[in-house]
Amino acid sequence: MTTAPDTSLPTYKAKDFASDQDVRWCPGCGDYAVLKAVQKALPSMHRKREDFVFVSGIGCAARFPYYMNTYGMHSIHGRAPAFATGIKLANPNLDVWIVSGDGDLLSIGGNHTIHVLRRNVDINIILLNNRIYGLTKGQYSPTSEFGKKTKSTPLGSLDFPLNPLAMVIASGGTFVARCIDIDLKALEKLMLIAEHHRGTSFIEVYQDCNIFNHQAWFYASQKDSRPETTIELEHGKPMIFGAEKDKGLVERDGRIEIVELGNGISEADLLHHDETNRNRAYMLTQLLQPNFPEPMGVLFRDPDEPTYDSLVEDQVKQATEKSGPGDLRTLIEGPSTWTVQGDAVSG
Amino acid sequence: MSATHTKMPAEDQQIDAVAIRFAGDSGDGMQLTGGFFTDTSAIVGNDIATFPDFPAEIRAPRGTTYGVSGFQLQFSSSDIHTPGDSVNALVAMNPAALKTNIEDVEPGGIVIVNEDEFTEVNLRKCGYPDAYNPLEDDSLQSSYRIVQVPMSRLTRESLADSGMGAKNIDRCRNMFALGIMYWLYDRPLEPTIQELEKKFNAKGNEAVAEINVKALKAGYYFGENAELFPSRFHIAPATFEPGTYRKIAGNEATAIGFATAAQLAKKRLFYAGYPITPASELLHHLARMKNFGVRTFQAEDEIAAVCAAIGAAFAGDLAMCGTSGPGIALKAEAMGLAVMLELPLVIVDVQRAGPATGMPTKTEQADLLQALYCRPSEAPVIVVAPASPADCFTMAIEAFRLSVRAMCPVIYLSDGYIANGAEPWKLPDIESLEPISITHPTETNNPDGPYLPYMRVEETLSRPWAVPGTAGLEHRVGGLEKQDITGEVSYDPANHEHMVRLRAEKIERLQSVIPPLEVVGPASGEALLLGWGGTQGSITTAANRLRERGHKIANAHLRYLNPFPKNLGDVLQRYDRIIVPEINMGQLRMLLRAKFLIDVIGINRVRGKSFLVNDLVDDVERVLKSDKGAVKQ
Repeated sequence: MTTAPDTSLPTYKAKDFASDQDVRWCPGCGDYAVLKAVQKALPSMHRKREDFVFVSGIGCAARFPYYMNTYGMHSIHGRAPAFATGIKLANPNLDVWIVSGDGDLLSIGGNHTIHVLRRNVDINIILLNNRIYGLTKGQYSPTSEFGKKTKSTPLGSLDFPLNPLAMVIASGGTFVARCIDIDLKALEKLMLIAEHHRGTSFIEVYQDCNIFNHQAWFYASQKDSRPETTIELEHGKPMIFGAEKDKGLVERDGRIEIVELGNGISEADLLHHDETNRNRAYMLTQLLQPNFPEPMGVLFRDPDEPTYDSLVEDQVKQATEKSGPGDLRTLIEGPSTWTVQGDAVSG
Repeated sequence: MSATHTKMPAEDQQIDAVAIRFAGDSGDGMQLTGGFFTDTSAIVGNDIATFPDFPAEIRAPRGTTYGVSGFQLQFSSSDIHTPGDSVNALVAMNPAALKTNIEDVEPGGIVIVNEDEFTEVNLRKCGYPDAYNPLEDDSLQSSYRIVQVPMSRLTRESLADSGMGAKNIDRCRNMFALGIMYWLYDRPLEPTIQELEKKFNAKGNEAVAEINVKALKAGYYFGENAELFPSRFHIAPATFEPGTYRKIAGNEATAIGFATAAQLAKKRLFYAGYPITPASELLHHLARMKNFGVRTFQAEDEIAAVCAAIGAAFAGDLAMCGTSGPGIALKAEAMGLAVMLELPLVIVDVQRAGPATGMPTKTEQADLLQALYCRPSEAPVIVVAPASPADCFTMAIEAFRLSVRAMCPVIYLSDGYIANGAEPWKLPDIESLEPISITHPTETNNPDGPYLPYMRVEETLSRPWAVPGTAGLEHRVGGLEKQDITGEVSYDPANHEHMVRLRAEKIERLQSVIPPLEVVGPASGEALLLGWGGTQGSITTAANRLRERGHKIANAHLRYLNPFPKNLGDVLQRYDRIIVPEINMGQLRMLLRAKFLIDVIGINRVRGKSFLVNDLVDDVERVLKSDKGAVKQ
C-alpha cells in the first residue's frame, strides 16, 4: 500500500490509540515499551483508527488489545492467526495486527502461524519473544535455551529451542524482521515498513520478562555488548559490526564467516545485505550467539507475492463475472424439477 | 418429458411401494446407478427416499466384502418417509455384494446377480468356503428368486463394435444392470439418457456417453426379451400437493439453506471447514456458490476453521463452519469464546458413529449432549436439528435467524443418514421467505464516554453487533469475563453470576419465536412417541402403522433442542407413556427426565443405521404391553 497519505484523515497522536484501561503488566516489563512504540507508530500509518484491529491469543503479551483504543480481540490460546484470517477475509480493508508471545504463536499456535504465513494473508504479526511462559509463572517456552532450569524443568530443559525466523522463512513468510524491545525507534520503523508490506509481515521482538527470565536478552540490549552481539542490516550495505566497526561477514564455501577488516580485507569484500534473497535470509537466521552477531532489521522482504485475501476477492469477482450474480431461484431448483398440478404429474 | 411406456403385458402387477438396492464394488458406480434410478422415479411422480451406504475406504481391494458399496431406494405411489426396512429386489454385481446384502432381502425377494463375477477367485476373495458357490446353494435358491445374468459378457457383446477398450466397456455394466431394473419396474429411459449425455458430452466424451446409453438400452431389452421375470411391476405416481418439486439430499439442502439465509439477511456468507466425512460436501457445495458472495475457507485444522468463522463474524459476515463429532470436540474451546463474545455463528455437526474415528460413513445421533455441554464451564448455545433431508433447508435459515436475534452461537445437528439420503422437496416460494433483519450500529450508544459493546436490547437481551471499520464504536472483545454493558474485563463475583445467567436467559427467551411442538395423532392417551433429528421418517411411519393397528398413540418430533418449544412440558403431561427412540444410548431421554421430572422410556439402537420401521413397531408394542420400563435390546 504505497498510496499517498489521505489528507482528509484526522491527525492522530499516540494517546488517541491508548484505551482507558489501566495497563496491568509487571512494572519494568518489556511489553510497556512495545505498547508505546506501537501507539507512536500508528499515527504515521495514515489509516483511520476504526480500521485497525488488534488480535491476540493468550499470555501476558496477549493482553495487548485491551490497551489499544482500536477494535480488538483477545482470543484463545494460539489461535490468533486463524481469527485474524477470518477478520481480514470478511473485510480486506481492515488493518489487522497480531501481537502475541512465543508460547502462543510458536507452541500451542505453531500450526496456525505456519499456515497464515504460507497463505500470505495481508496482516502483521508482532512476536514478543521473552523465551519463557510468564503468565503461568515461569515454565520454559519453545524458544528457551537447552538446559534451562525452570519450575517445570528443575534439572534443566531437554528441548532444543525453535528458531522463530527460520520457521517463518521456511513457511514462506514474505516479510521477516527483528528488533529488541528497548530500541523503540527501530520497532516504530519496522512497523511502518511492515504496514506498507502487502502480505504477512512478521516482526520478532526480543522482549525482556523481568520477573521470570530477566536479562535473557541482556547481551543484545546492553550498550557495551550490543555492537558485538548484533548486526544492523541495511539493504545493499556491507554487513559490518563491532564497537569499532571493524568486523564483517563474508560467505565462503556456502557458509557465513566473520572476518576482521584491514589486512587486505575491505568493505567491498564483505557480504552486502540483499533483503530479496530468501536463501541468504535463511542463513542469516542461523547467525546465533555466542558464535555470531544476531541480525537486526529486515532480513527478508518479497513485495510481489500475491496475498491470500486479494486472491479470494479476485476469485469471487471472476466467478460472479462468469456466472452472473447468484440467482436464488436457480440455486433452489437445481438441475431438474417436476411440477405437480392437482393430482396429476408432469415432468 | 415423455416416457417410453411399452405396452403393459396382462400379467403386470400394480404395487404400492418397492425397495430396491444396488450393490457392488466401490468402483462399480453403484451410487451413480442408484442416483439415476432415483431421478427417474422422482420424474415419473413416485415418492422417494434413498439410503446411500458406502464404506469409508475409497477403493478397497476389488471383490472384498469391505469394499462393497450400496444404494437403497424406496419409491412408491403413496407417502413414504424411509428407504424401506427390507429390500424387495437386490442387484448384486459380485459375490461380495451378494454376501453382505442378502440378509436384507425379504424372503422370496428378487436377487439379480452378475453371474460372470462368481468365479473361484472372487468367491474366495469374499471369504466363502472352498468349493462353495451361493448360486449353487439350494437353500438360497429356494429362499429368494435368484436371477442369474451374465452381465459382464452381455455388456461386452453389446458394445463389441463400439471400438472402445475393454476397461471402458466393463465400466458400463452398471448401466446394463440399471436397464434391467428399468424394464422390471417400467421406468422410462429418456431421463437417464439425457443425464448421461449431459455428464459425458460436457467433457467431450461423446463416445463414452454413447456406450453407456447403449448398455442401458441393452439391459432394458434384455429384461424384455429374456423372460427372466414372470411379471413386471408398475408403481403409479404418488399424490403430491401441487407445486414444483426436486430431489434433494440433506447436505445439499443444508448448503442451499445457508446461502439462502445470507440472501435473506442481505449479507455475505463465510464458511470455514476442514475436510471430514460426512460434512465435507457442505464445503464442496458452498465453494461453488462464489457468485452468491459466498466465501469458503478450507482451514488448516478444525480449530482454525471455527476461529476464522468467529473472526469473520466479528468483522460482520454471516459466518459458519461445518464438521462432524470429532471436529466439534476440537472446536469446543473456541465455541466457548463465541458464547462470551456474543457473536452470531452457526456450527454444523453432521453426526456420525463414534467415538474417535468410529464409523465415519455411518450415522448416529450421539452428539446431542456434546452439542449442549461439551464446552468448559457454563456455555449454553442454541441447538437445532433438521428432521429430514428437505427440512435441512428450513432449519439452516432458522439457525441464522435465531443466532442473529440472540447474538449467540448455534449448533445445527444433522446426521449422516439425512445428509446423504434424498427425498422429494416441494420448493419454497422464495418471496414468502421472511427476511432476516440485521442492524449494525453506526452511532455510539454512549456520547459521553467509550462505546458500550455489551449494552442490551431489553426484549432479547442481545448486544449490538458493531463491526470494525465503524468510526466511534471502537471496542475490544475477548475471552476474559465481561462487565455487562461496558464489556470491560471484570472479576467481580456478582457480575460473573449475572453474566452466566444472562447468557442462558438469552437462549430461553427464544422460546417466544420458535414454533410450538406439533403432535400427530390423539391429543392425549396411551403413549407419545417423541423423536428428534434425522429419525423423523422412521418414527412417523412406525406411528402411522401403530395407529392403524388400533393404538391410541401420538407422535411428535423435536427440531429445537435448546431451547425446547414452550409447550413441550404440557405435551409430555398428556400421555401415559413417553417413548423416545434415539440412535444413541438415551441422550434426549436423560434431558427430558432431568428437566421435566417425568419417566421417559427409551428405544435405543446404535448400529450405524437409522431405525427399521418394523423394529420400532415391535419395540413400541412391547413397551405398551409391559409395565413402564426400558426395552432391552
